[in-house]
Amino acid sequence: MSRLFPHPVLAVSLIFMWLMLTRFSLGYLILGTVLSLVAGWAYSALHSARPRIRRWSTIPRLGVTLFLDIIRSNIATTRLLLTEGRNGRQSAFIQIPLTVTNANALAVLSIIVTATPGTAWVEYQTDTGILIVHIFDGAEAEHYHEVISNIYEPMLMEIFE
Amino acid sequence: MSPLDSIPLFLAIPVAFFVFLGATLTLIGALGFARLNSFYDRLHAPTLATSWGTASVMIASSLMFSFIDGRAIIHEFVIGACIILTTPVTLMMLGRAALMRDRAERSDALPEEMHIRPRPQDPPAQT
Amino acid sequence: MSGMILTIALGYAQIALALAGCLVGTRILRGPRAQDRVLALDSLYVSVMLLFLVTGMQLGTAFFFEAAMVISIMGFVSSVALAKFLFRGEVIE
Repeated sequence: MSRLFPHPVLAVSLIFMWLMLTRFSLGYLILGTVLSLVAGWAYSALHSARPRIRRWSTIPRLGVTLFLDIIRSNIATTRLLLTEGRNGRQSAFIQIPLTVTNANALAVLSIIVTATPGTAWVEYQTDTGILIVHIFDGAEAEHYHEVISNIYEPMLMEIFE
Repeated sequence: MSPLDSIPLFLAIPVAFFVFLGATLTLIGALGFARLNSFYDRLHAPTLATSWGTASVMIASSLMFSFIDGRAIIHEFVIGACIILTTPVTLMMLGRAALMRDRAERSDALPEEMHIRPRPQDPPAQT
Repeated sequence: MSGMILTIALGYAQIALALAGCLVGTRILRGPRAQDRVLALDSLYVSVMLLFLVTGMQLGTAFFFEAAMVISIMGFVSSVALAKFLFRGEVIE
């Protein structure tokens, strides 16, 4: 079973994407299943380690938190950009020590940090575990420090470790 | 002109709102992109266009074509997911590349403490 | 009535997105360093992709959707290749 479906989540999401791009019918379902199997084999030949997800139940909570956060920081960044030059905004680099070391958790964290307007992932050092984030509004440094290390990091550790 | 007139008002208002929101956010992002002074500040401007700018145009397009075709059209969300998931990868790589290039040139765009990459253990000195 | 609302909103969106593309284009021409130009190219892809979708909505055809999808995928691949080039000086290791 695991040789036939080396990456079940990848295969299911590929079938789903295929059906979204075409229209739902039995023929497209079969074709999409075959294509996703081939893609799964090709992927496992390239990258054999399967990401292991320990707790699925945390994922919706992570999604909702991220959604609200993106809306909030969209509003904040828009306001700062519109008043640029008059608001005395100073951008800053902040260093955050991370305890999470799982590669998949770090990949998800990097996408979260960069997708949220106002923060950009600049560097992560694997040997010291220090993450350097560039933040658009330097006055919010405390807030971002707390959001990353007290909200996202525990959730990702719950999911992946 | 005909396809736009056939859409009822209760659908036209959310479609118009989402298109307006998406286009305005993209424009503000581009405006900031042209005006900001340092590269690391400009790294934040495109995320405005790629988070809610893209998402709201996708929602509007999906609502409108679902009504025109009479079935749920959600293939817009494939592009949406593609943009929302892939742009962070590009931005992250560009940020790291810029940091590396600035360090190599000792550029003054970086604050002083960012020039040194902290190393926990130095290799033993050759004698 | 609904046709008028949509015509105004879509027309505004087309102008705004075209203007966004032009503003980003000035950064490609000006952008003091290579990473600025690559970043500007990446956001130009996004603006043009959104402009294609809005134009498709205005004309009521789904043909622009395929073009938008190709732009979004090619934009990602080319931007990552350029970023990789800036990082290491070569694309394929």
